[in-house]
Parts: sequence; C-alpha cells; structure tokens
Amino acid sequence: MALDITGRKLFAKALIEEGVDIVFGYPGGMVTDIMDELYKHEEIELVLPRHEQGLIHEAEGYAKATGKVGVCIVTSGPGATNIMTGLADAHSDSIPLVCITGQVPLNLIGNDAFQEVDIVGMTRSITKYGVTVRDRKDLGRTLKMAFHIARTGRPGPVLVDLPKDIQTQPGPAEYPKTVNIRGYKPNESVHIGQLKKGYKLLKSAKKPLFLIGGGVNIAKANEKLQELVEKTKIPVVTTIMGKGAIPTTHPYYVGNSGMHGRYAANMAVSECDVLFSIGTRFNDRITGDLNEFAPKAQIVHVDVDTASISRNVVVDVPIVADAGLAIEKMLEWAEPQKTDKWLTQIREWDKENPLEMRRDHGMTPQMIMEHINEQFDEGIIVTDVGQHQMWATQYIELNEKKKFITSGGLGTMGFGFPAAIGAKIGCPDKEVICISGDGGMQMNIQELATAMVQDAHVIVCVFNNYYLGMVRQMQQLFYGKRYEATCLRRRKNCPRDCKGPNPSCPPYEPDFVKLAESYGATGMRVTKEEEIAPAFEKAKKVSGPVIIEFMIATEEIVLPMVKSGNPMSEMILK
Amino acid sequence: MKKRWIALYVENEVGVLAKVSGLFSGKSYNLQSLTVGTTEDETISRMTICVSSDDVTFEQIKKQLNCMVEVIKVIDLSNVPIHMKEILFAKVKDCSSEDKAEVFQIAQVFHVEVSDIGKDSVLLECKATERRNNELIALLKSRFHHIEVVRGGAVAIESISTSCAGKTEYDRK
Repeated sequence: MALDITGRKLFAKALIEEGVDIVFGYPGGMVTDIMDELYKHEEIELVLPRHEQGLIHEAEGYAKATGKVGVCIVTSGPGATNIMTGLADAHSDSIPLVCITGQVPLNLIGNDAFQEVDIVGMTRSITKYGVTVRDRKDLGRTLKMAFHIARTGRPGPVLVDLPKDIQTQPGPAEYPKTVNIRGYKPNESVHIGQLKKGYKLLKSAKKPLFLIGGGVNIAKANEKLQELVEKTKIPVVTTIMGKGAIPTTHPYYVGNSGMHGRYAANMAVSECDVLFSIGTRFNDRITGDLNEFAPKAQIVHVDVDTASISRNVVVDVPIVADAGLAIEKMLEWAEPQKTDKWLTQIREWDKENPLEMRRDHGMTPQMIMEHINEQFDEGIIVTDVGQHQMWATQYIELNEKKKFITSGGLGTMGFGFPAAIGAKIGCPDKEVICISGDGGMQMNIQELATAMVQDAHVIVCVFNNYYLGMVRQMQQLFYGKRYEATCLRRRKNCPRDCKGPNPSCPPYEPDFVKLAESYGATGMRVTKEEEIAPAFEKAKKVSGPVIIEFMIATEEIVLPMVKSGNPMSEMILK
Repeated sequence: MKKRWIALYVENEVGVLAKVSGLFSGKSYNLQSLTVGTTEDETISRMTICVSSDDVTFEQIKKQLNCMVEVIKVIDLSNVPIHMKEILFAKVKDCSSEDKAEVFQIAQVFHVEVSDIGKDSVLLECKATERRNNELIALLKSRFHHIEVVRGGAVAIESISTSCAGKTEYDRK
C-alpha cells in the first residue's frame, strides 16, 4: 500500500499519467493549492490567459488542433461561471475538455460563501458529465472518469468541481489505470446488419449523395472517406463542421450545404434519392424546413451518438457507429456506381449559380480568402462567428495539410481569436490563421496579451465592415434596413432613422492597428486588393501575434442564403 | 400523445434526480410523475417515470436518458405486463356522523384502509393503481366539501407470472 498523499499531489499525478503537458489556468482563492502543486512540475506548462472565457476557448482550440483533451483550471464562483459559454460551445461541437473548478470547502457549500456557486448544477445541461468531489478517496477515480468520458464516444466537456479541502486532504495515492463506469458504455462497434442495409440502399440509388458532418473529422477518417468516395464515385456535401473531411478541391466534392451553402450542394440534397449521412445531427441550419428536407431521398444516418439519430430528421436506416469504423467496413464492399449523369447535373447547377462575389466594388472577402488559400499551403484556419465565418466556409480551400476550426453548433462570438491561440500553443510548428470580424474580435481582445506572452504567432485577419454584419444582413434583407444595435460606429447623437453608411458617419473605434501595437504586437491595415499579398508576406516574417485589419465593403452580404425555416431549395441568390 | 412508463436505474448520487428532472424541463418533455427510491443495492436508485408524449419524442427521451453517465439502465414499461401501485392518503374533514358512515362505505367498496379517525375527520389510506386513485379522489370531491389529498406517484415493477401477460397498466384496474 502506498502512503497517503494530499489531493493536490494526486491531481498533479493524474495530469502526468494522462499525458497532459499543457493546462490553461487562471488563479483564484480556491485553486491556489493545485496551482502551487503545478509550480513544482516542470513537465506541465501552465498557460495564463487574461479572462476565463478566453481560457476555455483556448483549451477548445488546443483540443481541436491536437486531438488531445484540453485541460482548464479556474477558481470557484466567477472563475467557474466565466467558462460556461465555452462549456456550451464544446458540448455543441463535441470537443474533449476536462475543466477543474475550485470550490469552497465542503463545510461551506450551501452557505452562500464568498465566491461560491453551484457550478455543477448550473452546467448540467451543457456538460457531458459534471461532479463535485465530496470525498478525498473518490478523487483518483473521478479524475480518471473525467478524462475517459471527455475523450471517448461522442467527445465533450467534463467538469470536476474540487472543494478546497479535498485539495489539501491526505488520501489514497493511487491513480487508477482504467475505470469501469456501469452507466457509460460508448459505442465501439458497428452493427454490420444495419450498415449492410444502408449500403444496399446506397448501391441501389441513381442519385446518391454523401452528407458528411464533423463526426468524420473527429474520428480522423478523412483518408478513408476519400477512398470510399473515389471507389463509389458518389458526390459529397459537407456541413460546416464536416468541411475538410475530404479536400475541397476534390472532383467529387460539391461544397457545404445549409443556410449559406453552395447552390449546387443544396440542390443536390434536395434532388438526391439516397442521402447517406455520417456524423451530423441534422441541425436546423442544415435542414431548413424539415418537411422539405431531402424530399426525394431515403436517408441513411451513421452516428456514434444514439440520441442524434432520428431526432431532427426521421431516417430510414439508422446506424449507431463510429464514423471511422463504419467507413472502413464499407470500404470492403464498395463498388463503383453509375453516377456520371448525376455528377453532370450537379456540375450544371454549379455553373448556373457558382459561388462568386462581384469584383467591381473594391476589396471583397472572397479576394482575401483566395489570398489566404494561395499564401498558406498548410496550417490551421480558425474562424470566429458571423459573416466572415460563412465566407470562410464558402471560400477557404482545405486539404490533408489544412485544418479548419470554427464554432459551429453554438455560434460563439469571441471564440475565434482565443481558439487560434490555443491551436498555436498545441501546434507551434503550424501556421495559424485566425479569420475574425470586428465585432467578435472585440469580445476577447484581451487575449492579445496572452498571445504576446506565449509568443504565439497567430495571423489574425479582422474583416472590418463597421457592423455586426450577420445580423445587419438580416436587417438589410428582412427588416427594412432598420439597423438597430448593429452599427459599431453609431453614437448617441446619430439620427435614429439612419439607413446605412453616409459621409457624416463618425469614426470607428478601436483603431485595431494601434491596439495591436499597444500590446507590442504587429498591426496592419489593408484597404485595397494590391495590399493583401504584401501584408501576408510581412505577417509571415514577424514573430508574435499579427493583426491585419481588412477594410471590406460595409454592406456586403453572405450569399446564397436560405431564410431560417425555409426549404433549402429556396435560396436567395442575388 | 400517449401515457408511457419508464423504469430507470441510476447511480444513487447527489444531483442525479436534478439531472433527470432537468432533462425533462430543459427539453420540454411532458413529465407526469416521477418517483425514486433506493433498490436492493444501495448504490443504485430506481425511478418510475410517467410521461405523456408522441412516439418520436418518447424514443428521444429514452435515448437522452441513456446518454447520461449516471443512468445505468432504461426500461420501457409501456407495453409490458407490470404491477403498478400508488400510495394515496385522503383526509376527509368537517364530517358529520352521516358523512363518516358514507366514508366507511366508500372505504369498503374501494378496499381502502381507514387508518385514522378524529372527532370530525377520517383518514383513508389507499394503495391502488393511479386510475383507481383518481376515481377515489373524484368521488370524495363530489361527496364532501373539505378533503386533503397527498399521493406518492406510481411505482412499477415487471410481472413475474404469465397470469397477467399481455395486460398493461391501461387495461388493468
């Protein structure tokens, strides 16, 4: 029997056994002990952000970029509540996190003590699992469970609430090698019968289509998928989270489907006769009007999460399986199908309404995206949320060497920049490009300091249109240009009935170039197309974070667009 | 919309009841009743849950419950032979002697135990199906002005013998 050790010592031991070398931590009264323990461990690097929301998005970016579990340590009360947005984000997008929140000592719980909140109660619906450690002897098993649950099955965030006295109390020194949880048995096999049924249906189709979601990227089944597509000659559309599952330049890749999807992709979904979907939950942004979704198709649905199947769309063949295992199995049976006519039809749709922006009114987002495609052969593209995100999902080219990280499910503004820092910390040898808007960038701008002290060379492209563009686009199209609460230049003395930019508009705040410089970072402003390439050339050469502010046309909109709740075949194209 | 029953084995831990009930409120599922108690294994609790929902939602409820780490097993009791009972106390107050006589009569017919009595009130204790209890309450309400009712929510267990095979809660009294 090993001698008893303190909870904090066991905590450090757990991190080491789990192979954690980087943690994202912000100190506070209820985590001082475990922080002090980490001080003694050179092998674990602690990243100090400037806000807990930034912290958890950094951990998400790190987890997405590396495939490892992101570890967060925050204090009780406000420290804990500040990570809630990130927990919900990670829950939506299946990102493995283990978040340790400090808690007041056991005897104070329930007293409304200083910095006490019931964080486990508050986060029950946005974590995969959450628990307060109430007995020191449970600590080892609980931490083991946390890592196991976070990374297996459909990954997700796990919260472990650690009262201060548990951290200092002596107890068993053992950290279990394995854990058996009777209520948690993630699916690790494929139901061959169902899969055969699904494949048979696919084989009988005249207009078959693969709809690929984020599950394929999480399962790292990209190469196998490409092989399956090439063998069967079946075209592919992706969701936003599925983008990059096969190279975007692949001849069988049609594009993203959904609210701002490519015309040909949405038409293909609307016209296909068998829709074979893998790793997507048929979110409303993909389906639009549920009654009109893929109206001519029989649907096969592969997902590792039982609860995602037949939830939004009732499917004909449900298959509970890991995407990778299912694709691997299908490769054994795959045969070429006669899809020439169908592919020609899809290409015709694409010719009819290609993805293209007008080029006659200055620097467009498309031009910037094309430069990013040219300038970077490999790397990680991280986006924030808004118009720039949709343009990125439309125009950014991805291949085996390029990864795409975005907040798809929750749509969290303020995600992009810290996630990019986390990605860079996890993959220091890769070029990390953050595409953000001027609105979202300001939601976690304080992380510039984190990027500086971490010497994180992140190239941040701020698409500045002076607006919260995504909502303004809705106002432009559906609310008679009443730009309530979306103009970031608006001041108290502006006329109430302002219908858009005019010569008397006040200046924009902040000056992103000066702001970057005030942190010691590099700032640049690009106003016309000729300046784009030189800006990227310069950005690649400097160290530390770089902000390039792109002054894009103020009233540019994201097209095509399907109005929320409308059928996917009803796209606004002009 | 149909009434359906689930037996749920869960970890006997702090917060599990909140998590299960939170699922119903958070996802707008229609929870009719929920009872919970420990089983022969004190680390495990068993819940009997009654929901009213359509087929698709009910499937989703079962899947969502299955997703929870703390949920050990979900058993759908909707279409299997079961024994189901609910405990009910009904206090009939402001009784005259005639009223008391009537209460005793009702008790006899309903096979209800008279478990306490005072100067002007009678306490009935009834262990019956939910439907039978509903009927008893309706009758008492129609006959007396002042009654006080507390009921425990139904608990259910699968049948052993074949004598009630094919019978579910819906067609059994």
